[in-house]
Amino acid sequence: MLKYILKRLAVAIPTLLILIIFSFILMRVAPGGPFNSERPLPAQVLANIEAKYGLDQPWHIQLWEYVVGIVTRFDFGPSFAYTDRTVNDIIAQGFPVTLTYGTWSFVLAVTVGCLLGIAAAVRHNSWIDYFAVGTSIGAQVLPNFVMAPLLVIVFTLWLHWLPGGGWRGGQLPYVIMPVIALGTSYMASIARITRSSMLEVLSSNFIRTARAKGLPSSQIIIRHALKPALMPLLSYLGPAFVGMVTGSVVIDVFFSTGGIGQLFTNSAFNRDYSVIMGITILLGALTITFNLVVDILYAWVDPRIRY
Amino acid sequence: MKSATQKFVAVATAALLGTTALAVPTFAANVPEGVTLADEQTFTYRVLDEHSSVDPQIVEDVTGSELVRDLFEGLLNQNADGELVPGVATEWSANEDNTQWTFKLREDAKWSDGTAVTAGDFVYAWKRLVNPELASPYAWFGELMSIENAAEIIAGDMEPSELGVEAPDEHTLVVNLSAPLPYFPAMTTHASTFPSPQWVIEEHGDAWTRPENIVTNGAYVLTEHVPQERSVRVKSDTYWDAENTVLETVTALVINDENQALTRFLAGELDRTEVPTGQYPRLKEEHPDAAISFPRLCTYYYNVNLRENGPEALKDVKVRQALAYAIDRNVITDQILQGGQTPAYTFTPGATANFEVPSVPFAEMTQAERDEAAKSLMEEAGYGSDNPLELSILYNTSEAHREVATVIAQMWEQKLGVTTTLNNMEWNTFLEARGNGDYEVARAGWCGDYNEASTFLDLMQTESGYNDSAYSNEEVDSLLSEAKTLTDPSANYTRVEEIVAEEMPVLPIYHYAGVYMLNPQIQEWPVNNVEQNWYSKDLYRVAE
Amino acid sequence: MVLRPIRVEAQADPTNVDDQSYLTATKSRSLWADAARRFFRHIPSVVSLVLLVLVALFAFTGNFFAVWTNSEVDWSVLGRVPELGAPSLESGHYFGTDDLGRDLFARVVQGSQISLMVGIVGAGIAVIVGTVYGAVAGYFGGRLDSVMMRLVDILLSIPYMFVLILLLVVFGRSISMLFIGIGLISWLDMSRIVRGQTLSLKQKEFIEAARASGAGHFTIIFRHIVPNLLGIVAVYATLLVPQMILTESFISFLGLGVQEPLTSWGALIAQGASNVMYGTLWQLLFPLGFFIVTLFSFYFVGDGLRDALDPKDR
Repeated sequence: MLKYILKRLAVAIPTLLILIIFSFILMRVAPGGPFNSERPLPAQVLANIEAKYGLDQPWHIQLWEYVVGIVTRFDFGPSFAYTDRTVNDIIAQGFPVTLTYGTWSFVLAVTVGCLLGIAAAVRHNSWIDYFAVGTSIGAQVLPNFVMAPLLVIVFTLWLHWLPGGGWRGGQLPYVIMPVIALGTSYMASIARITRSSMLEVLSSNFIRTARAKGLPSSQIIIRHALKPALMPLLSYLGPAFVGMVTGSVVIDVFFSTGGIGQLFTNSAFNRDYSVIMGITILLGALTITFNLVVDILYAWVDPRIRY
Repeated sequence: MKSATQKFVAVATAALLGTTALAVPTFAANVPEGVTLADEQTFTYRVLDEHSSVDPQIVEDVTGSELVRDLFEGLLNQNADGELVPGVATEWSANEDNTQWTFKLREDAKWSDGTAVTAGDFVYAWKRLVNPELASPYAWFGELMSIENAAEIIAGDMEPSELGVEAPDEHTLVVNLSAPLPYFPAMTTHASTFPSPQWVIEEHGDAWTRPENIVTNGAYVLTEHVPQERSVRVKSDTYWDAENTVLETVTALVINDENQALTRFLAGELDRTEVPTGQYPRLKEEHPDAAISFPRLCTYYYNVNLRENGPEALKDVKVRQALAYAIDRNVITDQILQGGQTPAYTFTPGATANFEVPSVPFAEMTQAERDEAAKSLMEEAGYGSDNPLELSILYNTSEAHREVATVIAQMWEQKLGVTTTLNNMEWNTFLEARGNGDYEVARAGWCGDYNEASTFLDLMQTESGYNDSAYSNEEVDSLLSEAKTLTDPSANYTRVEEIVAEEMPVLPIYHYAGVYMLNPQIQEWPVNNVEQNWYSKDLYRVAE
Repeated sequence: MVLRPIRVEAQADPTNVDDQSYLTATKSRSLWADAARRFFRHIPSVVSLVLLVLVALFAFTGNFFAVWTNSEVDWSVLGRVPELGAPSLESGHYFGTDDLGRDLFARVVQGSQISLMVGIVGAGIAVIVGTVYGAVAGYFGGRLDSVMMRLVDILLSIPYMFVLILLLVVFGRSISMLFIGIGLISWLDMSRIVRGQTLSLKQKEFIEAARASGAGHFTIIFRHIVPNLLGIVAVYATLLVPQMILTESFISFLGLGVQEPLTSWGALIAQGASNVMYGTLWQLLFPLGFFIVTLFSFYFVGDGLRDALDPKDR
């Protein structure tokens, strides 16, 4: 097991390197630069700025120094757009925001999604089932850039229950709408996965045996069916969690939460190279970690799997 | 994501104030008798994007400049009409030929840590601005101010210490210029020229602008800054005119989506936000006190690519005229934007100080006449249904630009049979394409750097860095350079506008308006300041 | 929005493809006929299939009924859309107009074409690339397999949506870039599934037999293995189409979608949603209606297909 983990981590390093080089090259071939503006800067001023950030160096040297900076000092460089903050500062500020509402969305999605899925499977082909399937697909196909403004109109403008945006260090009223807007589509997927795997488990032989033994059905479900039924869900959760953290672009735009989603798109549009790369690396590392965690969990839950 | 109005060099009124100005009454919130002020003196407004910085020498965007004008105070301020009023300086005067300016500073000005504001703080700040080590994106402003040796220092040929600015004593600042500049005082209202506290910068380095470190000399201090979310400034007790400053807390909230911002304004979370395109009439009807619109010093126009590699057809002046005539500007201002914008037939807006809008022929015609003329011009140029002209319009991603481009494309298509493609790019790519002349017709916007016609017309000069059409006309060039030396250059400006209307290197479309939802409790918003340089210390909030 | 988290819930067990059913599958169509019979017994799936056909018909024949083109501005409506732009048979704007007085019916017709195309072509790329890649890796096994699958692992750890945004920013917005961007990563899950199935299929006797009779590797892969994977591939593809359409709508929301005057469901919905407060609700409801019906239908058809192809009795 330990060997397996080490092996996976060994692969992670070249993966991250590839990611760094890939995004570095993408940014450099992009038209425009971080100091492009409607009023072009005089050549001398531009040269001074580029010299300050080392952008006058050849590409391979810039790339090398960037990687060295990360490895030796864990320094992702300065931001070109915001001079008083480093990329580390910017990510340290934006990522916890995204992580907070991402985690809550995740918890919401998993709890409600599982309950809905199990209820639907247990009462297969009843109105509960149809309701669960209907709402879950509905939630999945309603884009969150439609849901977000609707939530604000209803809860802020009409009912005056919740503030229409902002973050305020993650106080509860500010978190609710982002969590709903982000969590619902995942909740839907989770409900669908749970339902179908539960159905499969319920029709399997060992459950039939249990039923034949006359066990009460609630006990069958909780004791016997639940664990195998939730297995397929595990492999979905890793990507889903990362997806929720990265899927924050819409949330940040509509709720002005200041998370990394908006930061990323803004930086891409402003060509703030170092911020883009910092976020890309962070998310890459996050994805790798979660895929690994899920695989380990899998092995732990299902003793048949050995690495 | 950024538009013309975003990157903004506010050089203030270039109204020639004479060489000596005496102290005039200072300007702060003038609360009339009998007005009941609100208990909570707060003002919360929406900004589109995170500000670039609050470092006076580094800030480069409108949002940041608004903050800097509250946090720091320069030599001079503007009042609600855009006129100069004393800031840290109480008196200012020039020598005979306007190449040396002397400013007398007030003695009661203090930094927020209690230190007195001295002439040395300005000397430090200005040297810092041009220092290649700081690499300020606004270093060129020092050059624009014609301060002695500024250009050489930026280029790295001289030491920053050799800048032509000195402090003979703590309250006197002397500036030597390399060229006569009668409107130099007006330039000192720009954020780049504001003082900065050397001891704080040396202690904290780049992090000196964070709320926990920053020391300011303006009416407000920065107390909170959450990037991408909010920044809060609170009234400063050490400000020399704190007594007359009424607003206690000013908050800027970053809200990217303008519709979302409007919803939040309507829910009472904001005191000011922009009105989305086309929504002004409805909002004016529903909220007559809150919806306001006033002229701005900006022009929206289309560049026509006149470069060698540009399309052949656009080199034909008849085609350019036809394209300009066929645009029904009233449809754009009255049916799309609907926010008090005015149709543009000349490049310079009528709101510009001392500028009489010249009567160019096509402005006098009715739209029907213009359409007729456009059709026959197009025919004369040899384009018609058998030989249709193909054009593409380049614009940057934005709802309003999309709408204008779509409608203009339809006008050209329906009236002139021009096959038009729309080409929409995100901001940075767009700038690159337009700057390199990689387009046929491109959207553009220009806001005046200062309140005088040359800030617009100089774009028509062959050598101008902003002449994206690559237009070149010797007569225009000489008229404009001659204008710099004239006491009354208006005849030259009129002539340039006439030539431009004849040759159409750019197609003027409309002049901007500031269209806001402003909480009626907030008083004294400077709607007459066409550059929209506003100071929170001049505002106040009345009770409901 | 979420592209990565697509998992086919179907665990169609490859061991079910025994030699008997393989023979029947190749000799007659009875396995497929069985599946079809099961599929058509499932009412929601059938209804969904009918709806999909109707949406497709709408997209490709709707223009015959449109009075206006998708780019024409109705000048009499421009500027007073909330009052004059509402859906009406009289004016020929069956679905009303957009905020520029352009006919929404014509725009929805044209947007449907783009969205359906993005969905189907995107899923098509994923299916073809993923199947071939997965089948090759699984069939040859050994070092080739581990290298190929390692590559998939690496690609899977790329924050996909962000890379797509970067690609569109860097290379400019275009339909082909969108396809490349989506296609780049959507085949990954497909390839993993196909590889797994191939691994167990290649142990089967009929493969041994084919090999013994001297068939080349690629003949075996394409003639014998791939046809046996069609079921699961079909299920996966139907579930992939709505994901593609969702991704496109997100890209359109970011302003990186197709160029005006062309449009897509995502672009129409984003515009309609931003005007939702301004009295032009039809601008949201019509495109959103088509979008939802289509996505719903694809999911139901996908579910129905999976149930039909999975011989286990539920």
